[in-house]
Amino acid sequence: MTATVTQPPVGVRPAPMLPGYRFELAKLLSQWRIRLLLLACWIAPAGFVAAVSLQSSLPADTVFGRWMNATGWAGALVVLDFSCSWALPLLTALVAGDVFAAEDRLGTWRHLLVAVRSPRRIFVTKGLASLTVLLLLVAGLAASGVIGGLAAVGNRPLAGLDGHLLAPADAAATVLLAWLCVLAPTVAFAAVGLLGSVALGRSPMGLLMPALLALVLQLAQLLPLPVAVRAALPNSAFIAWRGLFTSPAQTGPLLIGIAVSVVWAVAATALAYRLFLRRDFTDLAYDGSGRRVVVAAVLPLAALVVLTVGVIAVATPATGSGIEKGKLQDSLATAYAHLYRLQTRELHRPDVTEAQLGASASCDKGGSRVLDRGPGNDWRCVVSWHLPGASAVGSAIYQLDVTADGRYVADGDGPKEVNGYFQVRTPAGDAPNPLWQFDGNVDLLASTPKE
Amino acid sequence: MGKVDENRSPAVRARGITKSFGDVAALDGVDLDVAYGQVHGLVGPNGAGKTTLLGLLLGLAVADGGRLEILGTPVGRTLAVPGGVAGFVDGPGLYPSLTARQNLAALASLGRYDAGGATGVDDALEQVGLSDVAEDRVRGFSLGMRQRLGLAAALLTKPRLLVLDEPANGLDPAGKHHVHRVIAGLAANGAAVVLSSHRMDDLAALCSEVTILATGRVVFSGPVSKLAAESGELDYRLLTSDPAAAHRLASETPGLRVVPGRDPAQRLDADALVVRGPVPAVDELVVRLVRAGVALRELAPVVTPIEAAFLALTGAGITPAQAQEERTGQQERTGQEAQTGQEAQTDQENLR
Repeated sequence: MTATVTQPPVGVRPAPMLPGYRFELAKLLSQWRIRLLLLACWIAPAGFVAAVSLQSSLPADTVFGRWMNATGWAGALVVLDFSCSWALPLLTALVAGDVFAAEDRLGTWRHLLVAVRSPRRIFVTKGLASLTVLLLLVAGLAASGVIGGLAAVGNRPLAGLDGHLLAPADAAATVLLAWLCVLAPTVAFAAVGLLGSVALGRSPMGLLMPALLALVLQLAQLLPLPVAVRAALPNSAFIAWRGLFTSPAQTGPLLIGIAVSVVWAVAATALAYRLFLRRDFTDLAYDGSGRRVVVAAVLPLAALVVLTVGVIAVATPATGSGIEKGKLQDSLATAYAHLYRLQTRELHRPDVTEAQLGASASCDKGGSRVLDRGPGNDWRCVVSWHLPGASAVGSAIYQLDVTADGRYVADGDGPKEVNGYFQVRTPAGDAPNPLWQFDGNVDLLASTPKE
Repeated sequence: MGKVDENRSPAVRARGITKSFGDVAALDGVDLDVAYGQVHGLVGPNGAGKTTLLGLLLGLAVADGGRLEILGTPVGRTLAVPGGVAGFVDGPGLYPSLTARQNLAALASLGRYDAGGATGVDDALEQVGLSDVAEDRVRGFSLGMRQRLGLAAALLTKPRLLVLDEPANGLDPAGKHHVHRVIAGLAANGAAVVLSSHRMDDLAALCSEVTILATGRVVFSGPVSKLAAESGELDYRLLTSDPAAAHRLASETPGLRVVPGRDPAQRLDADALVVRGPVPAVDELVVRLVRAGVALRELAPVVTPIEAAFLALTGAGITPAQAQEERTGQQERTGQEAQTGQEAQTDQENLR
């Protein structure tokens, strides 16, 4: 007999990384769910922003919502704020939270392992492919929101969260930077999704893990937690981007938030990687287990939160909720001065500078029997300023609703000519009164100024 | 058997392989030799360790003990089998949202082998008879079509060892023909094929050697012809022109006895007679029937020799008659599956 099988044995060599990545990407993009998400992310925000911007009733409860008919950049930020609350965690759940579980559902692990010959490469290519799809989705949300806003309202200056005006170019750069910053927590949630997908197999709980985490963290952010705990949560950068829209930018919480997100992304990915490499793929009935998830996923991440809280508590000066009377007064006075100039320009009055106005604020929370710190809607402030050449000191009253994340809404309480009415009469007709209601942001991690 | 080089080591050489899952010993000292150019059947009752053994051959798991050489290379860790090994266990892994061609093209792109690019994909599809549905999504494929596509995926790698688990599951006669032709062709070209199946007719048609596993141990390994000898006395079913006379003659034939009780085949023909005995005794009965002027319309073993041996060796605890009953039911189910497959294929064609 003669041999026809003459090839020498080929050495054990895993499949190349690039084709593996392309294969994983093709699998993801061939799913109707992903295609619909891409379509929705690239189209829906534009439609939403354009439609809302043209209405008289604006989503004032959302940061920058009240400016949607003033500048196109506000729409992109409303989309960003909404995305940070719900859309991005959900997207990570639907993409990264299913990327490993899908193989369990289809029963394709053995096929894939035989083809690729390296669980490590499978993990890396799946992670990269899901990250690519997520980036496409986030890019769609950002681009679509910007396009919708610019098309409907135009490329106009944007009032920041301390009232200062950003020129269109600066607004564009800052909006882009804000979107880039939220990529960090998005990747952290995606890593949690990968972990859930690996740990829980075909169980739908794996898919829900990022969404569930987002819900829990959202609830936590609503509570008056100590600022060190708040900053140590992986969704803190989903909120801290707002600090980019003050002058100077409140970079402390944002940088800490990004760092925490990166640590979470690395930790969750490492846990998922470890679990994946230890998995027995000959066990067809594998469906994850509650004990495994608790031991291998939940406990390490809970320990990470504790560790991060400790580090932040030691490294930052802020204590308690981070909402202090002094910080609030400074923030309110600054915002008032900036917006007063904006009102002055609307009314075609002689321009004044913030320094000339010398605005100051005096705040009190809930009367004399309540400590002047912490979130609540019972803050009452009086802003004082004076005009150059005038001896009288002007004053205006504001009711402040301060939330635990440092955002506040200042609601003008008079006098009517200054901040008591939602419109002002300009030579060109009625226009929105920038001093009537406005948003502000307190840097929770800043040290308390001396009163 | 295909052309082989006798000087070469076998495609698979396993000695004393053990594998346990917790307290359960899935494989307990298994020896296996599969030569190049050979289609080797692997049979055994459920839980015998077939899937575990196939998983070891594909590199999906590593043995706890013993020595395993695949294509001349010792295998000591997971996914460390040499290139040239392909196949599937527990069904082919396919992605329903991709087309047949996309599934194969993606696999080809991962290849550590020369898959021949698009031509290789086309050839593989052609070999399993799926060229006309190449652009259809696998979501709409029947079980049989998926099996054939899984085989095509394995063919892409130009395997020297092909490991297949129940490749004929859900196949209609045409699909079965394709699969048999492909497997036989591979063996003829020198590749080794390890085939696990519960379909004894498939094994009998394709395999030159079989290994029977029971509770993790090898109870038989060798040529099919030798296995037939293990089967001992077989049951034969006769259809004659005079059932009463045939019954009487069978009772009078030395070494032969009429199998009492219900014959499952009577569902099809109430006149059937089942006898048990060695082949010479059956020959004698035929002679007596002819002399008595009784026409013999049909004479066939109730179960194939390989199946009878399987039942005898594994102690499956069912009689050949029960096996026949089960097989009849299986054939009916297979017919339904084949029909479903054909319907699905027709749907595909209609969609196109």
